[in-house]
Amino acid sequence: MFYREAGDFKTSYREDSQTFPIKFDRWRFWAVLALAYGVVPIFINDYWANAVFVPFLIYSIAAIGLNILVGYAGQVSLGTGGFMAVGAYACYKLMTAFPEVSIFVHVLLAGGVTAAVGVLFGLPSLRIKGFYLAVATLAAQFFLVWLFNKVPWFYNYSASGQITAPSRQVIGFFVTGAQTTAVSKYLFCLVMLTIVAVLARNLTRGTVGRKWMAIRDMDIAAEIIGVNPLTTKMTAFMVSSFFIGIAGALFFAVYLGAAEVGEAFGIQKSFLILFMVIIGGLGSIFGSFAGAAFLVLLPVLLKNVLVGSLGWPTDLAAHIELMIVGGLIVVFLIAEPHGLAQLWRLTKEKLRLWPFPH
Amino acid sequence: MPEQLLYATEVMLNGLMAGVMYSLVALGFVLIFKASGIFNYAQGVLALFAALTLVGLQNGQVPFAHMINAVFGTHVAEFGWQLPAVVAIALTALVMVGLAVLIEKLVLKHLVSQAPIILFMATIGLAYFLEGLGDVMWGADIKKLDVGLPQGISETIESVTDSLFGYGFFIDNLDIVATVVAVVLVSALTIFSQYSKQGRALRAVADDHQAALSVGISLRFIWVLVWSIAGFVALVAGIMWGTKSGVQFSLSLIALKALPVLMLGGFTSIPGAIVGGLIIGVGEKLFDFFVGPMIGGATENWFAYMLALIFLVFRPQGLFGEKIIERV
Repeated sequence: MFYREAGDFKTSYREDSQTFPIKFDRWRFWAVLALAYGVVPIFINDYWANAVFVPFLIYSIAAIGLNILVGYAGQVSLGTGGFMAVGAYACYKLMTAFPEVSIFVHVLLAGGVTAAVGVLFGLPSLRIKGFYLAVATLAAQFFLVWLFNKVPWFYNYSASGQITAPSRQVIGFFVTGAQTTAVSKYLFCLVMLTIVAVLARNLTRGTVGRKWMAIRDMDIAAEIIGVNPLTTKMTAFMVSSFFIGIAGALFFAVYLGAAEVGEAFGIQKSFLILFMVIIGGLGSIFGSFAGAAFLVLLPVLLKNVLVGSLGWPTDLAAHIELMIVGGLIVVFLIAEPHGLAQLWRLTKEKLRLWPFPH
Repeated sequence: MPEQLLYATEVMLNGLMAGVMYSLVALGFVLIFKASGIFNYAQGVLALFAALTLVGLQNGQVPFAHMINAVFGTHVAEFGWQLPAVVAIALTALVMVGLAVLIEKLVLKHLVSQAPIILFMATIGLAYFLEGLGDVMWGADIKKLDVGLPQGISETIESVTDSLFGYGFFIDNLDIVATVVAVVLVSALTIFSQYSKQGRALRAVADDHQAALSVGISLRFIWVLVWSIAGFVALVAGIMWGTKSGVQFSLSLIALKALPVLMLGGFTSIPGAIVGGLIIGVGEKLFDFFVGPMIGGATENWFAYMLALIFLVFRPQGLFGEKIIERV
């Protein structure tokens, strides 16, 4: 009925190759943007911002970044936490060294630094494949965390070894530091996420994305038809690390405010974001959002039910939560190995035919 | 001998012993990867779960005591018995076999012919689940594990080396026991896989799933078998590590120590797991001894990974792994 290409006539190449070819999708896209920019900031408060919205936005950025590497280019990485740490520490060093420059620029630059580090650790991917590569990226994870712990220059020789984000403003509103309001935090992350998502969506639709997918599906065959594995894999690592670096910078500066590297960017973070990508759906931008939302909301929900409603001790609730999360992941992989994005795809297929069954 | 060399030798010996401990964990990985192509991240948690169960059974703890108390407001904690170590170990081994059956029935059966990354993720989910389950069943506090293994410095070795070189080597008794156990374990596994009927079936499955199926080998039975063996290896590793540093959450992190060992040795090779473990053990101890003080210490966290990474760049399938042949 309302969800199909028929009747939506395109008269130029530009229209023909737009991101959302179906009119309903375009409306939906603008509706979601309007909701996110117009409605949510009116109702948001500190609890919702800190417990749900800001982590969701930041994890979405990280998940998009990792999805490009794992889902589109097929290079499994377990070093996400380490790369997020690079983003965070780069942002911290830049913020303290150049206080007069806008934090907006710092966050992007932090992404750039992370991209460079990502390419460095991505180089072995030319030789090492599959699980060997996955384990090799753990080298990045452990080495980077150790580095930020042991070299005092990175945390400006502070006594606690922590990094603390100084107060910074964007167009007159505080986005980091103690005076930050929930709305400005939320909007700052939202702007970043919008940029990242639009960029990622268009990259994956174009030449670059097709090369990534060719390498993912079979690297030797791709090489034979003229895809350069060196540049393709390196761009995948670069773009992915750029996004992950931005996520790391935001996670530290906007969300946490102060961070200790082993705690905030440990191996658990790498797994968490990989889970988001897998549960959301490999090779799907929408899936990255869905996975991030799922894994941000689930612990909040469980905590509210177990501790809030049933009144169990917090340590017991934490262990049960671990069990439920683990169990759900297994159940999910059994029920739908292609993730939430696949459910979405199926829904769209059905919608195209609706109200007819076939 | 000059003093520096003596120290280095001592560090190296300790590294060898630590390497054996890593190999114990890596063995479980290799067994499962060979037989089912599953990269089993849960191996470390299996070791933790086995150790927790062992301690719980030995001390007669009531399982799920914390939860029962929270729900019903009771105060149960212990049955009030002490099981002999041997009985407790046997019971724990049974529990691990039961766990293997459950894992096969509830998880693996439904994931046949999925992509390797999906299976890997499933084992991470499994690891989370088992970790939570272990904590809920037996409590998350640090427990002491004592099954009567000798601990502390070996005085014989100290006095012998003292009389020979004028410097007594410090070597832990437990490490020596671990080495002996590892040797026995590997020999037993080798004999089992070479000479028993089930062992042959196991090797056939490892070679080619479909060919094995076509000659009438039950894949599902082999999977249960292999997960049971991995559970048993995890139990041994859990006993060793648990005795060494107490039974606690960090025990599950030894899986992370075993990964570079696997990379170095090759995912599919049992000798690789042993040799890789020894190289990593010696390498990281020596590196921390010579280079560590210059760059701030605690290099053990990442050195193994870096070593494996650099090594793999030159030999992508590891030391003893099967040569990777790619066809279009």
